[in-house]
Amino acid sequence: MRTILLGLLTLAALSAQNTVVIQNGIIHTVTKGTITGSVVIVNGKITEVGEKVMTPAGAKIVDASGKHVIPGIIDCHTHIAVDAINEGSVSVSSMVGVDDVVNNERMDIYRALAGGVTTANVLHGSANAIGGRNVVLKMRWGKDADGLVFKEAKPGLKMALGENPKRQGMQTTGFGAQAGQQNLRYPGTRMGVEDVIREAFTNAKEYQKEWKDYEAKKAKGEMALPPRRDLQLETLVEVLEGKRLVHAHCYRADEILMLLRVSQEFGFKIATLQHVLEGYKVAKEIAAAGVGASTFSDWWSYKVEAYDAIPYNAAVLQKKGVLVSLNSDDAGGAELMRRLNTEAGKIMKYGGMTEDEALAMITINPAKQLGIDQLVGSIEAGKQADLVIYDKDPLSIFSKVEKVFIDGQQYFDRDGDMSARPRKEAEKKGLLEKEKETDRRNAPQTRRPS
Amino acid sequence: MRSRGLLGIILAASVYAGANDSMLIRNATVHPVSGPKQENVSVLVVDGKIAEVGAKVAAKGKIKVVDGKGLHVYPGMIDSGSPVGMSEISSVRETTDTGELGDFNPQLRALIAVNPESEHIPVVRANGITSVMVLPGSMGGRGAGGGSIISGQVSMIHLDGWTWEEMEIRRDAALQLVWPAIASRGRGASDDDLPPALAARRVTFAQAKRNQEEDVRKLKEFVEEARRYQKAKAGKETGLKPDLKYEAMLPVLEGKRPIMVLASREREIREAVEWAERERLKIVLANVREPGKMTEELAKKKIPVILGSPFTTPIDDDAAYDEPFTLAAELNKAGVKIAFASFGTQFARNLPYEAGQSVAFGLPYDEALKSVTLNAAEIWGVADQYGSIEPGKWADLVVTDGDLLEVKTNVKMMFIKGAPVDLESKHTKLYKKYLARP
Repeated sequence: MRTILLGLLTLAALSAQNTVVIQNGIIHTVTKGTITGSVVIVNGKITEVGEKVMTPAGAKIVDASGKHVIPGIIDCHTHIAVDAINEGSVSVSSMVGVDDVVNNERMDIYRALAGGVTTANVLHGSANAIGGRNVVLKMRWGKDADGLVFKEAKPGLKMALGENPKRQGMQTTGFGAQAGQQNLRYPGTRMGVEDVIREAFTNAKEYQKEWKDYEAKKAKGEMALPPRRDLQLETLVEVLEGKRLVHAHCYRADEILMLLRVSQEFGFKIATLQHVLEGYKVAKEIAAAGVGASTFSDWWSYKVEAYDAIPYNAAVLQKKGVLVSLNSDDAGGAELMRRLNTEAGKIMKYGGMTEDEALAMITINPAKQLGIDQLVGSIEAGKQADLVIYDKDPLSIFSKVEKVFIDGQQYFDRDGDMSARPRKEAEKKGLLEKEKETDRRNAPQTRRPS
Repeated sequence: MRSRGLLGIILAASVYAGANDSMLIRNATVHPVSGPKQENVSVLVVDGKIAEVGAKVAAKGKIKVVDGKGLHVYPGMIDSGSPVGMSEISSVRETTDTGELGDFNPQLRALIAVNPESEHIPVVRANGITSVMVLPGSMGGRGAGGGSIISGQVSMIHLDGWTWEEMEIRRDAALQLVWPAIASRGRGASDDDLPPALAARRVTFAQAKRNQEEDVRKLKEFVEEARRYQKAKAGKETGLKPDLKYEAMLPVLEGKRPIMVLASREREIREAVEWAERERLKIVLANVREPGKMTEELAKKKIPVILGSPFTTPIDDDAAYDEPFTLAAELNKAGVKIAFASFGTQFARNLPYEAGQSVAFGLPYDEALKSVTLNAAEIWGVADQYGSIEPGKWADLVVTDGDLLEVKTNVKMMFIKGAPVDLESKHTKLYKKYLARP
């Protein structure tokens, strides 16, 4: 009896410590409509959402009266938090990964967070037909590199079609021209891009078979030497076995169709077509293949393959049955990431999506595409408490982020940011003074000639 | 370009007679910008000009009538700097006519390189932008693709017309100058992200400073030479041969034509302002990013500022995260007259949202609306004809179903000089075509 009581007491103390209630907000659950009510968070998870909730004693109360609460924004394609994004020297670089080079001190993490982004799919660049491994991060600003990783997210691989992978094989333009004739890299055409992919997966199938044969022999107790380990092909085998998601950069309808057919030929699935600016032209085929699309709201005309891009792309894809998300593709900054809410707002204008459909494109849809929709992407009991509080309608240009919670912890607070500014300014001034002083002290002494 | 039949389709039931450039928009919410918004009023347009705004305005004679119930009427927006019409695909040099070779090109005229058939024009105007200051030079810096110190004549155009001549509002609205900046590296990207050609161009700070000082010296020398030419011409010196570059400088030197100086940071802004003051030039600053202590001075000296898109990240890591968002509000609070520019083609249609975003971060709404309409017209010297809904001005009107600065709002109708403008574009056509794909 005593032990039980003691146990209960400890539990109560714990819950009081780790309980947050966001009260009286306009809560956009995304999956279960919009209500005016409260969200209860215990130990980083949402335990209750409703118009009336039980407020546990000792809970931290966040008053959200008149404010809007949405699930944390998920950016399905970024290059933030890493310093180098392309291993562009080879056309198949599946042995490298941005997961090895996460830099937790990059300011773009904080800026993304301040824009309501809680999760980001950080991808390898698009210099090669088959790029490197990705990493899914949570914007837990202040944590070390390991502490940023969204551990439950499925691993992925970047692929790329069109102008970018062609560039190093082109003699007259782009990086190819700079590299010089002797350094041109195959492929230089869309035909070559297809060939590189087919060859790589042909090799991966062979490699997979070698291992299967070896495992079979071993299981039978036969003597067998394991095949030579190949890190490049190992990643591709994971793709073939559905253990790794493919995120493929693409623009034109022809190349999109090509990749769909190649993936069907080899029996692997594309999780998302990235950018996919001409996706609207082959929306039927994309929908039939059960492939997701992650696109921009209104980018166009920055290169030839983006000339037929239209801001109605997301709407057409969605209307034809494709799961659509909006991404930023931010590299070297978090410019678009921090405005994905209004990018979603634009989708209501271009193609007449509803508010919920627009919000879904930056929350639950990317969560589904990354295989984390059981954990994040909507405001539901049982999910991780990644939440954003806006002062106004989150899809409006006139709104701004006030608070951001990840795993129930507050990682951004606008008031806190503002009030810390004078202190930081003083701190910076002090450091600069100190640096000057050090420079003076270390300056070489000039002596008079004797 | 103008779809003469469009309004006929929209207003099948209404009276359709009389001049095409005359009409009455009835019972709308009108945002004159020059004054407070008026609900349930009518706008009468006669021969392309606004004749009357009020509750009891009647159609004079048999002119077309537009039912404005539930709709909002705004003056057409002005983009204060963009290569719209001069650049089709930004990464393809052959399709881009901004950024000529050579450091000093005041004689170049942007207007004559505007392609009326550019796919960008219908796209941009479909979002409520009726006129643009087209820029002969590339934006800031002098990186790849050339770019001068003095780039040429900025022209003000209407986004409507069969030829560039018909699009012209003012061919020599301003002179574009990119104030030399100390640039030792490209901004934003880290070393590893820079393409080899750019990385190779990196220089030490000391070298960058020397380069900048040399460029400023060259600029001062060029203007001095132009002054000598001006004097010689005034004195009818014998043997003086005409020089197109110096000729183009004359209206600027006489203070008759504004000079649009692109300068981002405090240091460059100070240098540019001091120089313009010494030379007694009419200066408009553009692409201002970090005015710092110069803010108060710009207000005091009544120097207007054209802001680039706030959709960017702060230049420095230790800057406040919202620095680009609050800049407009800070300048306005200090008393600086501001207008917005897209400074690009791809996102030119997002001009209203640049102003809207600034509202979220402190810019008073009325000022935001002015910054894309009346302020721009005033800065560029065309406020007697454009920028607000007032009798006597050209009827450049945008009719919307909501707030002009809001992303969700749709433009329902547009009029340039009172004539209806087609809102279809490459984008709407492709949309309809593929939505209908069986």
